Amino acid sequence: MTERQVTTIDGNEAAAYVAYRVNEVCTIYPITPSSTMAELADQWASEGVKNIWGSIPLVMEMQSEGGAAGAAHGALQTGSLTTTFTASQGLMLMIPNMYKIAGELTSAVFHVAARSLATQGLSIFGDHQDVMAVRATGFCLLASASVQEAHDMALIAQAATLEARVPFIHFFDGFRTSHEVNKLTLLADDEIRAMIRDDLVLAHRARALNPDRPFIRGTAQNPDVYFQSRETVNPFYARVPGIVQAAMDKFAGITGRQYNLFDYFGDPLAERVIILMGSGAETACETAEYLNQHGERVGVIQVHLYQPLSASHFLATLPASVKSIAVIERTKEPGTSGEPMYLEVVNTLVEAQTAGTLPGATMPRIIGGRYGLSSKEFTPAMCKAVFDELSKERPKNHFTVGINDDVMHTSLEVDASFIIESDKVVRAMFYGLGADGTVGANKNSIKIIGDDPEFYAQGYFVYDSKKSGSQTVSHLRFGPDPIRAPYLVQSANFIGCHQFNFLDRGDVLKNATPGAVFLLNTSPHEPEEGWDRLPRPVQEEIIAKKLKVYGINAEKVALDNGMGTRINTIMQTCFFAISGVLPRDKAIEKIKYSIKKSYTRKGEEVVRKNFEAVDNTLINLREIKVPDRATSTRELPLVVSANAPEFVQNVTAMMMAGRGDELPVSALPVDGTYPSATTQWEKRNISTFVPIWEPDICIQCGNCSMVCPHGVIRSKFYNEASLETAPKAFKTAPIDARGFPDIRYTLQVYLEDCTGCGLCVEVCPAKSKEQSGHKAINMALKEPVLENERANIGFFETLPEIDRGRVDFSTVRGVQFLPPLFEFSGACAGCGETPYVKLLSQLFGDRLLVANATGCSSIYGGNLPTTPWAVNSEGRGPAWSNSLFEDNAEFGLGFRLTADKHLEYARELLKALAGRIGEELVDDLLNAEQITEIDIRRQRGRMAELKLRLREIDDPRAAQLLAVADQLVRRSVWIVGGDGWAYDIGSSGVDHVLASGRDVNILVMDTEVYSNTGGQMSKSTPMGAVAKFAAAGKQGGKKDVALQAISYGNVYVARIAMGANPQQALLAFREAEAYDGPSLILAYSHCIAHGINMQRGLDQQHLAVECGHWPLFRYNPAVRESNENPFVLDSGRPKIPLKKYAYNEVRYKVLVHTNPAEAERLMEMAQQGINRRWSVYEDMAARDGGTFVPKFK
Amino acid sequence: MDLTTTYMGMKLKHPIVASSSPLSGSVAGVKRLEDAGASAVVLFSLFEEQLKHDSAALEYLMNAGTESFAESLSYLPEIDDYTVGPDTYLDLLRRSSEAVDIPVIGSLNGITNSGWIEYAQLMQQAGAKGIELNIYYIPADLTTSGRAVEERYIEIVKAVKASVTIPVAVKLSPFFSAIGSMTKALDDAGADALVLFNRFYQPDFDLEKLEVAPNLNLSTADEIRLPLLWIAVLYGKLRASLGATRGVHTPIEIVKYLMAGADAVMTTSALLKNGVDYLTTLRNGLQAWMEMNQYQSVAQMKGSMSQQNVADPTAFERANYIKTLESYKGDYI
Repeated sequence: MTERQVTTIDGNEAAAYVAYRVNEVCTIYPITPSSTMAELADQWASEGVKNIWGSIPLVMEMQSEGGAAGAAHGALQTGSLTTTFTASQGLMLMIPNMYKIAGELTSAVFHVAARSLATQGLSIFGDHQDVMAVRATGFCLLASASVQEAHDMALIAQAATLEARVPFIHFFDGFRTSHEVNKLTLLADDEIRAMIRDDLVLAHRARALNPDRPFIRGTAQNPDVYFQSRETVNPFYARVPGIVQAAMDKFAGITGRQYNLFDYFGDPLAERVIILMGSGAETACETAEYLNQHGERVGVIQVHLYQPLSASHFLATLPASVKSIAVIERTKEPGTSGEPMYLEVVNTLVEAQTAGTLPGATMPRIIGGRYGLSSKEFTPAMCKAVFDELSKERPKNHFTVGINDDVMHTSLEVDASFIIESDKVVRAMFYGLGADGTVGANKNSIKIIGDDPEFYAQGYFVYDSKKSGSQTVSHLRFGPDPIRAPYLVQSANFIGCHQFNFLDRGDVLKNATPGAVFLLNTSPHEPEEGWDRLPRPVQEEIIAKKLKVYGINAEKVALDNGMGTRINTIMQTCFFAISGVLPRDKAIEKIKYSIKKSYTRKGEEVVRKNFEAVDNTLINLREIKVPDRATSTRELPLVVSANAPEFVQNVTAMMMAGRGDELPVSALPVDGTYPSATTQWEKRNISTFVPIWEPDICIQCGNCSMVCPHGVIRSKFYNEASLETAPKAFKTAPIDARGFPDIRYTLQVYLEDCTGCGLCVEVCPAKSKEQSGHKAINMALKEPVLENERANIGFFETLPEIDRGRVDFSTVRGVQFLPPLFEFSGACAGCGETPYVKLLSQLFGDRLLVANATGCSSIYGGNLPTTPWAVNSEGRGPAWSNSLFEDNAEFGLGFRLTADKHLEYARELLKALAGRIGEELVDDLLNAEQITEIDIRRQRGRMAELKLRLREIDDPRAAQLLAVADQLVRRSVWIVGGDGWAYDIGSSGVDHVLASGRDVNILVMDTEVYSNTGGQMSKSTPMGAVAKFAAAGKQGGKKDVALQAISYGNVYVARIAMGANPQQALLAFREAEAYDGPSLILAYSHCIAHGINMQRGLDQQHLAVECGHWPLFRYNPAVRESNENPFVLDSGRPKIPLKKYAYNEVRYKVLVHTNPAEAERLMEMAQQGINRRWSVYEDMAARDGGTFVPKFK
Repeated sequence: MDLTTTYMGMKLKHPIVASSSPLSGSVAGVKRLEDAGASAVVLFSLFEEQLKHDSAALEYLMNAGTESFAESLSYLPEIDDYTVGPDTYLDLLRRSSEAVDIPVIGSLNGITNSGWIEYAQLMQQAGAKGIELNIYYIPADLTTSGRAVEERYIEIVKAVKASVTIPVAVKLSPFFSAIGSMTKALDDAGADALVLFNRFYQPDFDLEKLEVAPNLNLSTADEIRLPLLWIAVLYGKLRASLGATRGVHTPIEIVKYLMAGADAVMTTSALLKNGVDYLTTLRNGLQAWMEMNQYQSVAQMKGSMSQQNVADPTAFERANYIKTLESYKGDYI
């Protein structure tokens, strides 16, 4: 008998484990939340893990999900067992091929971590909208509800597809299952082998295209036969339910785990039944069991094979006693008469009634409802609400549960106090910072406890929407029985708060059960001071709930043990020491064993440091005595300032406080439109260290302001008379310009919005004469200066904004006076992209339209609750939107088409109404030059006058003109995204838009990987760099998109790196914008995915240029008018070898540690590539202008 | 003509050894040194501090930004089998030792007692014929006494000697109050060779950036004076072999060192400047000089100008100073 191996993994790994073993080819592309499956497949292949036939599957990353499906189709048609992994928009892109694959009766399984679709907004979280959208493709839909099921059904699907010849989508809930860590019994290879029939595999191969026995497939068909041909597949679909059930039965024989197409749980004589699929089924079953134990008669039908839905199996599963049924679905299909499974069930029962095959005497009442969209919680209380609804005489149909729908009143009332968590289970919640390692430590704890045969363990992790200073909440359960609770911990008997200031931000103790243990990292205070430092409401909650409180100054312990800010091991040790999950000594021993296992390869020193940290933790952990009464007078701070706009106060602030679930439908915009300029209300205060300006040393160059990724460094000049009302601590200096004795200068740092990245200090060129290393801006502790600086910022904001017409746009020094209209984003601290976005907003923000490809920039730009896109003092600012990942260039071109068309229309109307508006004004408006900022401002003046006059004109054309008149000020259309978009998925769109000749500007922030989805290889990834999907180092070179674009002749192209030459970057932005045609700027963006100290990001940019990896240049077709060479190299010949730049980055360096010979080979080839490319560029730069494509008129 | 010499108990074909440098950073590099005629190679140094730093840096950077944002829970592929410890160095040592016939000597710069011992043992296991302890320590702490510094050197040598069976050399700095006493103590602690003297990092200032800048210049021929003095003084008084390093740019410096009493003469700067093949020039030059001056063997030359063999032994002590000043006057004043 096969020995059962038990392990603790997440749903993605569980599914991929099987998929990898039963396939030969995996075509992959990253998309959340399925990326992990593809990453694991790639990793296993690079490690030489074999499939059940003893061969290593071939894993191929494609340029998009459309590409992945196409390649899968081709591999399947030529006889390979092929799979792919995807979700959401990725699945949408696969649809055309899915029709083909199904139409050709091809055996294949696609594994989907089901996710919401982008509608009024994108969501990375889980529901069934994506899989429901492919119902018509001909793929069967098989659902898993748990980590174990994701593992098992992956195999059942593969066995079934081979026999049925019909392709399958095997899906499970994105995040809730894909990312839940749970204990499962792993399928042994021989068990997998036993499920896969080789004769069916051979039959699959025999159907393949083969020139040795040729045929054609994929014909074009005419009206005479297409219809009949479509009907030929019916028998195959008819056989599917039987085949799947047989596979499930066979699986049960092998593993002992029995599944059915429809599994029934609950009272055999139930009168009320809920039907659902996915992880919610586990909650429903748990709830039904509880209710039945308390005297009710309810049941649950969990759907596994949703499509094709077998009426006979369904009717056989439905208890005859049932009187009312609720079909609840994790999806939404607006405008339909119900969600799809509800309609299927209605149809099945109506057909059964007609046929007289109903299980009971009468037709049950059937209602449908929606729950859990975008990973909205689905709790036992919500499930009970549905059961309760079924008891009503007139239950709501088409209801919602889990939200408050105060518009159409679809929502059910939910009794939040209905909690059925078992006391046998330890339920722990941990509030941590992303950077402090809390989640990693908790995943480790789950492994430690899950490996104990006496325990089952579950973990689920909630992250916020920021990439810097983000809060994580870990939900862990440990108990003696399997844990089937796919919802967040509702009543915690252990709460760990790993950051003291979280107590000010939200109700950390909300879910604490009475008598629970509360572990608090009291840093920066000692545990003895912990109680006194708590806000009054927190003290009161502790007392009311009789919590047992422990404290530790974890940061001090970490620092003392050389672990920097990583407090993970310390807090994990505390948890084990006081939670009582395991006996203390045993737990500590296990932690140390785990440390040794994890870190031995990383050096004895790391192990030793962690061991010491564990021992010192136990010494420093203290119980905090809780008095009878609250002693603190400190109240919780407001979430946002009382000055914030109404929407921010009522809606945004709720989301910020983690109470977005409480917002009713009526509170939210109907079409996804949100106000700009909302990050300013966050004041996240995520950094302990902030830059402090030294006016006496400063040379007012503006470099710090230019590179600040978060827009926290602002400059103004003003008349010294303005200082009369300035706070005492307000810093000021005479402006560094001759002839302006009365003018003062201030560089104001917005400390509360600073992430502490330190780039400003790195770039500052001004140094103290007295103290080496002390600059004009230096990092220092925030706390001592915060109060003064708040007042200073308040005063600074009262100083008038600089007239844009007076600013020198051509220098870095001048640009610092343009207020950023992109501020305080949640990007990674020290982000290499955001300085470019911010610069864009400064230069053209008041007439800027931004089309933003999905990726990092769309997330830090538009992930709720707030947006950094801001508004200037005149109320103008960038208009921003994100359509999709793949279509951004086309989307942005659409902006231009509107601008061009409406401008044309406006000009037509102006001419038509010239007599009534005034010939002179019309003439000026039509012929105004709009090159410099002064020109633009003059045109704005004319516009204001025009609008005044139009309002006086009683002519319908005046109203028409008013609607489009804004276009008379030149619009600046920018298409912004990363290299994953521009080099891969959106490449053809970028190409087409560049070829269009239209006046659009494409900004590619090139991080050389898919940063947002976690660092997967793109075609921009350079040779020799390690990335996900290129774990062994990228073998091919980076695509030269610039040369491609230059080949058109009429495209402005620049390659820039702000860290190497900010002035050239600025010049490129201005030239691109001024050029009346398509422009492409490739901007080197250092990234956390490079494995660098982000503080050194600008230095790396500099080295990237110095070594020739990133030569700076501009190709300006406008120059062709004077017959000069349009290609100008802005950086010199490579001065240093590539490795001097590359080996500062882990993405290159790690290969030296894993495969030094290969690292050397790739580095040598990459160096040669650089040398060759440089010679091409140098040749171009030296050519006679006449050898370039002529200027197109 | 017999050019052979014995250094650290090893019989060498001639006294010219390639000292620790980037030239021995690869197997091919070591092979090139052998092909050019080096009689032994001291590999570039394994720096314990560097290993610790690399380990901590990789650990930090591999985890930076992870588990913070739902879409990007990590940024680099899951790589468990990377080696940050001494494996790369030991592998080079092992493969170099196998690839060449000349002795390959490991060079070790530790910072902890356990580091010195552990890495020395690993080097022995990897096939090193000897270990050179590159003790590199700047006592910038004003409370550290000279005695404590000396003790530290001696303890390291004792500890390493107790843990390996291959010969152990110590590369010394010249900054001891009493070099003689110090070398004697190291000799007593078991050192099999003393290499005089280390040219270690002395930072420079970058006036452009107003920063302290790491900088290591190549040696010049006139730098041989200090080692020459002490080799001449120590010759014949210690059990340990004497290695000379610094300032070897022509065969003349080799001859001088040998006459002072060196058992082996090490060079790097000349090779970095002139290429590895310059080793052949040095060896041939040594032989030519000996032929021209009718020396039969290195053994004959060795120590011939040492303190114990020169006519006026005080010439190496204070008199030497006086003589220098006197000679400065010139012949016609």
